[in-house]
Amino acid sequence: MTELPPFQTLIDEHAGDVMAVLRGAVGRGDAEDCFQETFLAALRAYPKLKDASNLRGWLITIAHRKAIDHHRANGRRAIPVAEVAEVAVTDPQPGEGIWAVVGALPPKQRAAVTLRYASDLPHAEIAAALGCSPEAARRSLHEGIKRLRKELA
Amino acid sequence: MKDSLDRLTERAAEEGLLDVAYTTTDSPFGTLLLATTPRGLVRVGLPNQDRDELLVDLAKRVSPRVLEAQAPLEEARRELDLYFEGKLTNFDLPLDWRLSKDFRRRVLRAIARIPYGQTRNYTQMAVSAGNERAVRAAGTACGTNPIPLVVPCHRVLRSGGALGGYGGGLPMKEGLLELEGALGG
Repeated sequence: MTELPPFQTLIDEHAGDVMAVLRGAVGRGDAEDCFQETFLAALRAYPKLKDASNLRGWLITIAHRKAIDHHRANGRRAIPVAEVAEVAVTDPQPGEGIWAVVGALPPKQRAAVTLRYASDLPHAEIAAALGCSPEAARRSLHEGIKRLRKELA
Repeated sequence: MKDSLDRLTERAAEEGLLDVAYTTTDSPFGTLLLATTPRGLVRVGLPNQDRDELLVDLAKRVSPRVLEAQAPLEEARRELDLYFEGKLTNFDLPLDWRLSKDFRRRVLRAIARIPYGQTRNYTQMAVSAGNERAVRAAGTACGTNPIPLVVPCHRVLRSGGALGGYGGGLPMKEGLLELEGALGG
């Protein structure tokens, strides 16, 4: 049987990464809910986990699933983009820089970029998660990256 | 981030996912680790014991759902504070005995009944646990007590009055007996 470390270790070591990924995927406003859902799901499944060799990867995968659930639940409903200033002003956590910029993208672009580069999803799955066509997903991704290049230049 | 984590432990407790909650508390002898299950206090780590090792051991023997959380241990902390101030002579805490088995558990239950400020010897504890010949095993039971202080193994001495051993070191054992006024009587 695999020896699982105390769950607190996972929180201490990976909570920051999980939160950063979620902020990128769903935005700062909704990241908190997804964060709770991610860790509760992980905690529920933890005692039966067979392979403890990549706990960070396991958590990030759950986080992405929660982000996808979140996008599906929101469907095509327009999400107000009122958080740009907030993200730009406060970001005390080091190492979160790129995700803060990603978090400031319009919702579709933000989701497309995160799903592609953080969770490595192919275009078809990004499209499914966002409830749009693969072409539209590709376009969102492209627009998002263009904008990121400009912001980070 | 701290708020998020507090909310997480709260929700974990509500959903019955907090199998082992732990926290630390100060004592005159150094920092103690306290761990509880929904049944009761399951482990007290003494200042000289390695915190990480204790947590890994809890993950293995109780459940890997081990989380840092103060709320479930408030009462234990309060009673220990009072004990170290000399203002509490009887702990009133639910205990989870699952980390000791059979004869050892019987010894520990007998130790839990030794009144404040009094001492017994290992032979007496072996008798109380139902096997007067198992003096050495009674000593081992004391040495492996998962809930020291609250199960007061420091009140068990060698016949003849020598201190014997203590998981937290002999100075601590002596200090506890002094606190309880059990020395030099």
